[in-house]
This record gives sequence, structure tokens and C-alpha cells, in this order.
Amino acid sequence: MAVTEIKFGGFGGQGIILAGIIVGKAAALFDNKEATLTQAFGPEARGSACSAQVVVSDDRILYPYVTHPSIMVLMSQDAFTRYAGEVAQGGTLIIEEDLVQPAQIPNGATVFKVPATRLAEELGRRMVLNIVMVGFFASVTKLLTPEAVRKAVADSVPRGTIDLNLKAFDKGFEWGRSHPS
Amino acid sequence: MAADPSGVLTGQHYLDGNHAACEGALAAGCRFASGYPITPSTEVVERIAARLPRMGGMFIQMEDEIAASITLQGAVWAGKKALTVTSGPGFSLMMEHIGLAAMTECPCVYIDVQRGGPSTGLPTLPGQADMMQARWGSHGDYEIIALCPESPQECFSLTVEAFNLAEQWRVPVMLMMDECVGHMTERVVIPPADQIHVVDRRWTKKPPGEFKAFEPGPDMVPDMAKAGDGHHLFVTGLTHDERGYPVMNQKAQEKLVRRIVDKIRLNADKISRVEEDQIDGAEVVVISYGITSRVAMRAVQMARAKGIKVGTMRLIVAWPFPENRVRELASKVKAFVVPELNYGQMSLEVERVAAGKAPTVLVPHGGGEVHDPEVILEAIVQAARGAR
Amino acid sequence: MSQVDTNPVKEYLRMDRMPSIWCPGCGIGTSVNCFARALTQAKVDLKKTTVVSGIGCSGRVSGYLELDSFHTTHGRAIPFATGLKLANPELNVVVYSGEGDLAAIGGNHLIHAARRNIDLLVICVNNFTYGMTGGQVSPTSPGGATYSTAPYGQFETPFNLPHLADSCGAVYVARWTTFHVRQLTKSIREAFGKKGFRFIEVISPCPTLYQRRNKLGDGLDAMKFYKEASVLKNGADTRELDIGFQSPIIVGSFVNRDRPSFIEAMNKRFTSVFGESYKPYPEGPSKAVQGC
Repeated sequence: MAVTEIKFGGFGGQGIILAGIIVGKAAALFDNKEATLTQAFGPEARGSACSAQVVVSDDRILYPYVTHPSIMVLMSQDAFTRYAGEVAQGGTLIIEEDLVQPAQIPNGATVFKVPATRLAEELGRRMVLNIVMVGFFASVTKLLTPEAVRKAVADSVPRGTIDLNLKAFDKGFEWGRSHPS
Repeated sequence: MAADPSGVLTGQHYLDGNHAACEGALAAGCRFASGYPITPSTEVVERIAARLPRMGGMFIQMEDEIAASITLQGAVWAGKKALTVTSGPGFSLMMEHIGLAAMTECPCVYIDVQRGGPSTGLPTLPGQADMMQARWGSHGDYEIIALCPESPQECFSLTVEAFNLAEQWRVPVMLMMDECVGHMTERVVIPPADQIHVVDRRWTKKPPGEFKAFEPGPDMVPDMAKAGDGHHLFVTGLTHDERGYPVMNQKAQEKLVRRIVDKIRLNADKISRVEEDQIDGAEVVVISYGITSRVAMRAVQMARAKGIKVGTMRLIVAWPFPENRVRELASKVKAFVVPELNYGQMSLEVERVAAGKAPTVLVPHGGGEVHDPEVILEAIVQAARGAR
Repeated sequence: MSQVDTNPVKEYLRMDRMPSIWCPGCGIGTSVNCFARALTQAKVDLKKTTVVSGIGCSGRVSGYLELDSFHTTHGRAIPFATGLKLANPELNVVVYSGEGDLAAIGGNHLIHAARRNIDLLVICVNNFTYGMTGGQVSPTSPGGATYSTAPYGQFETPFNLPHLADSCGAVYVARWTTFHVRQLTKSIREAFGKKGFRFIEVISPCPTLYQRRNKLGDGLDAMKFYKEASVLKNGADTRELDIGFQSPIIVGSFVNRDRPSFIEAMNKRFTSVFGESYKPYPEGPSKAVQGC
């Protein structure tokens, strides 16, 4: 039974929850796995640090919470400060390199960096940075098939923005292929 | 009968429990909802408010939960299937009308997405401390049915079931969700409409003049008619006779209240639903419900890895409580372990029914998050050792 | 006047529930009489007419009428009626209750139903007291009058109910006393001819409690007083309708306007948002009674 715990962190408004939903949906609807998403609600979800947690498994998920994420996707310095220490020993830290300057890397984690904001800006829409991160995540973790994640992107964003978001996904995915860690 | 396809979003979805509950209601044929915003339940009515107008239904946000909890009953007597949704503080305000629904045998569904309490408590965080309120919250003697989903999938399927049970037994049915299940997102499979079993109202076939609105059938439940059909219904929260007319004496009270209690109590085994795992030969049985049953399962797996024989019983229907089954197990097991997000509610039922034949070990938690599985594990280990 | 030996409104009453619980001289029965006459005169479809009450002496009205009758909880007749009406707009829904029920415990529902313009006729029997519980002070109790819970005299400012209903958007507002049986009957008929939230206040004596405690005589004395003290002022500014202790009582039909009912407004909005794909929600008859 392979269980992977993933935590997405950033600040409210970055589309952290949507990133989590896309990854969970990709696993649960398009990749034949189980996936449970939980999120922190309340004041925390409106402004400062905000997180989405996804458990992905080949079998039925009983315990729905993330306790030792083996993968963390962090998009703000605050989220890094708050959450990075939770990463499992030898886990993976995926960071937005212009927004997160890691002072030190906890728990022997491997770090993957992507200038997602810049890549999003190249597409003319800074707001798709979360989707760039999702593309990069798919590329470097290989946890899910790229097709499944792509489908989940198309299935989760507003109808008029599908093309833009798929471009953002592809850009992130490509960056991962051409810049391995 | 099969569900009305206009309300069924057949397919695979990635939904949270609150949205899934909305889809369950629509699949069950609910076409009327009255609500009042309250965290962490609001997403249910938000989705209903978006969905109902496109399928000929009606949603109204009322001025408070007191209003919301009776507006739906008006809609039921006009012939609709109806629900309202709330959380702890709103649930408290709704109690009088749960009594009215019990007394007037109004089939309707109340969803309570439980948060930490008492009072305003923890609006955004989970609790399971409204379980006794669901059972006993309104004054007087009555019975209700309460269901506890453990996943978004069950938020869908048990909402359908809640409507079916309400129609079959003519009682208010409570869907006792918790914030975790409400805000957790998972795959939800909604079957085609013709594969969803829906119970229609028990419409009377008798003509006006012959029909008595509170004359019970063989299963102790009366058939129903709606306003505007010429029956000159008389519906009152006062103690009443079979015509619905108020009768202020002990004899009428005994006849009516005994029946509305007995129609559920005497049929408890038919209504009851539990999910059991590895009960045969178990030394310890963990009884839990809602989100806690999933958390407990992790502890159970750890205990089994240590060689302890642990069985589980998940209360899908919490009320009526599965008395006969728990009584039967009490003479076979060393102990019951009951983790719940409160300081002892359903555990009291286990303890009462076990009647000293097996100890009941409560694993309390004040709510705000779920149990640490290690704590439940420790209780299982202790219980298996025979320690009290 | 011709002699009749049967009650002319018998067919509207559940005769098997007679006699009623109301005291001799109580005005509630008189108002019911007017209501029943209005039903006859207006040729209302009785099958589609349903009466909802709350709790209290006036709350018992629904149960004496040979219609679909709903006797609900204290103060909540309006939200129950809202559910009935919105779930089946074909129904002609009447809320019949007292001022304690509708304006104290149920005050929030009263103002919001008026604001939303829910298509209901609300008949509010105002006898200035809680009768069923033994004569306590109510939200319309006039200053100076004494009650079991205001033994030294009422000193709060009472509600002026027509003004309250008017301010909240009711499309029809009237006030009569139980002395004004013809006018009241006509007013109920008039209200049946309108759609939206309609409010009729019926000033009514409570000889057993309010009259006796305040040394105002019996039911007949109340009729004499209503006759002398009433001032007919149709179309009066509702702000001027305060009632003091044994003061003049301005009666009449004060408000008669049109605005979209809840369902009409909803359909208009949804049609503008969804376009032709929106199937309008049934709006029910344009008025409760076609002949009016």
C-alpha cells in the first residue's frame, strides 16, 4: 500500500486550495488512485498562511490527514517558515524560487525550485502561478501521470481560462524536465 | 422507485462532504430548502441555492434558524420533499421544530454539520458533541433517526437514505455530519438515476371524508395527504386524535406519544445500520462513527499489528441505537472502546446497553481536531489487557 | 332582518369541535365570522385555502375552520405559511393569529415576510394581551393599562402594527375593530383580491382579562367603546395610528399598493440572469379570488 502525503502551502489568494484540488482530482478521477483533500478553514484561509493537504494512495484512505508529508509544495516565505519543518525525512520540497529563500533545508529533503511567478508572467497572467507549480510538481514527483493532472487542470478551472491554464501547466512541467533539481 | 433524473448529477466527482450532501438531497427528490448561513455548513445551502432554481425547486434563506426549521415543514405539507442545514448554534434554535416534526409526523431532513461547542465554540473546527442533542434536544418524548456519514461519498448516499427513512417512518431525520467530513474532498460517485432508490411519500388512497391524517397503518405509521387536496387536514403540535383534533387528556397522550415512540423503537432493528469488521473472536470492539471511525481504524490497524484481536463497529445509523447488537456483543468481548469528539455521548449508550457485561472505555476529545490515533491505540491496548 | 335558525357560516366551521374555547364576549369568534362571510362572498376556492395559526387564543382559529388547518408553534405561523405558499403557490394561504404570537415572539418573521412580500394574508387579532396564559402584557398593550406581569401599569411604547407592516412593505394594510363587522368582512374580501403580503389588524376585546383587570366592563361595553372611540380614516398615514389606553382608535384601510411578490421578483431576476433557459417558478393565481 503506497501512501503519499502532500502539503501545499502559500498565502491566501495564491490558489493553494485549487492546486490541492487538482492534484487530488487527478489521482482520484483520472489516475485510478484514492485521494483525500483536507484544508485549513477559517481566518487562516483568508490572507496569511494557507494550506491544502492531500493524501494519495493505491487503496482506500482511512486516516484522512497529512502528518508527515513526503512532498511539500511551498509558495511563500511564511509558508516555508511555518510548514517546511513538517517534511518527512528525505522528503521533497518544491518551492517557488523567487518567493521562498530557504535558510536551511530540514530533514535532509531534496529541493526542487521553479520561478513559477516569472513563468506565469511570461504567459501574461501572474495568477496562474499555482498551475505552473502543479505542472512542475507533476514533472518532478512523477507521482501521477501528466495526462491525469492535465485533465484535472482542464476540469477544475473556469471554462474561458482552460487554454491559458494548460499552457501554465505545460510550462511548469517543461521546467521540471529541463531543470531537474 | 427510481430517482428523478433532473436532480441526479450522474458521474464521478471530486467533492467535499457539504457539496455531496447537497447532491444527495437533490437525488432524493428534495425540491425545497430553507436555510440560514452558519459555518461550517454553509456550502450545502450555497450549492442548493445555485442548483434548485434550474430544476424547478425553491430555496429561501430565512431570517433565522427558527424560521428555517419550520418553513421546510410548511413545504412538506404542501407536498414537497424538503431540508434545512445548520451547525450547532443553529441546531439548538431548531429544536422546538424538531419536536413539532416528531409530533406532527412531518417527514423532513435536518443536516447538522457538527463543530466544536458549546455555544459559539469552534466554528471552523470539528466536533461530535451534538449527538445527544439530536436524540433528546426537543422537549417531551419522541424518537428520531440520525445518520453519521464518514466520507463525502456517504454524505451523498446517506442524505438520500435520510430522505427515504423520513418518508418511510414519517419522522424528522438528522444527518449528523462533522466539520471534517463536510470539508473533506474525495471522489464521489453518483450513480445513474435509475439505480438510486428513492422512497415516495406515503400518499393516502382514501378520498376526503374517509381519510384520517393520523390513523396508523400496520407499521404504526399513518399515510399522508397534502394541503389543497380537499382533506381539510388538521395538523397541530397539541396532543391529538387520529383526525388530528386536539384532545387534552392522558388517554390521548398515551395513545399518540406511545405510538410515535414505538414506531421507531419497535422497528429499530429494521432501521439500524452498522458496519462491522473482524468482530468474530474480537477481544475488544471499537465503536465509533463519522470521521472518528476513520481515525480509529488507523489505531485498530496498529493494534492488530501488535496481535490484539480488535473488531470495529461503525454506527451508520446512530439513532435508533443498535441496542440488540451491542447487547449481544457485550457478553462476548472483553471491552468496548468508544472514541468520539466529545466527553462521552454515544459511549453512554454503549455503557447502558452493555449493562456491566463488558466495560466501556471512552476515549474523549473536546473537538477542534480529530483524535491522535496513538491515544485510541493506547485505550485499545489497555482494554485488551483487561484493565479498566 | 330575516330570522335564521342555522349558523350561516356553519359550513366553514368544524362543527364537531364546537363549542369553541373562547370566552363569552371575546372578539375572536366575531372576526372568524367575518372571515367566513368573506370566504362566501368572495367565492374563494375552499379546497385551496389553508389557514395557519401560531399559539394563543387566536391561534386556535385555524382549528375551528373547515379548511386545511395548521396549528404550529408559538410565533412561527408565518414561516410555516411561507413554506406552504412557496412550495405550492396555488394555495391561498391565510395566517390567523394574535398580536403576541405575531408581533412579539414572531415579530422577526412578520417583518421579513412583509419585506419579501410573501403572498400571504395575515389576520392579526389584537386584544392587547396574552389571553391564553392569563392576561400578561403584550407588544401592543397601551400605556397605563395593567396586566398580571405589569401590575403597576404598562410603561413601554407599544407597537403600532399597521405602521410596522406598512414600513416593511406590506401591499395591503387595514385595521378594524370587531364592532366593524361589515367593514372587516369587506376588507378581508378586498385583501383576497390582492397578491403579496397583506395585513389586517382586528382590534378585539378580551373581557375576561384585559377588560376586567382594567375595569372596562364586558364584551358589550367594549363594543360600545369601539363604536364611540373609532375614527374612520381610510388612507391615513400609518404613523398616526398609535393606540393609547382607551384613546380613539383610527380604523380603515390604509395601504393598498402593488409590488412584485417574492416569487414574481425571483422569476424576474432569474429570467434576466438565465435567459430563456429558465423555466419560471409557478406564481399561482394573480389574486386569491378572481371575482374581487
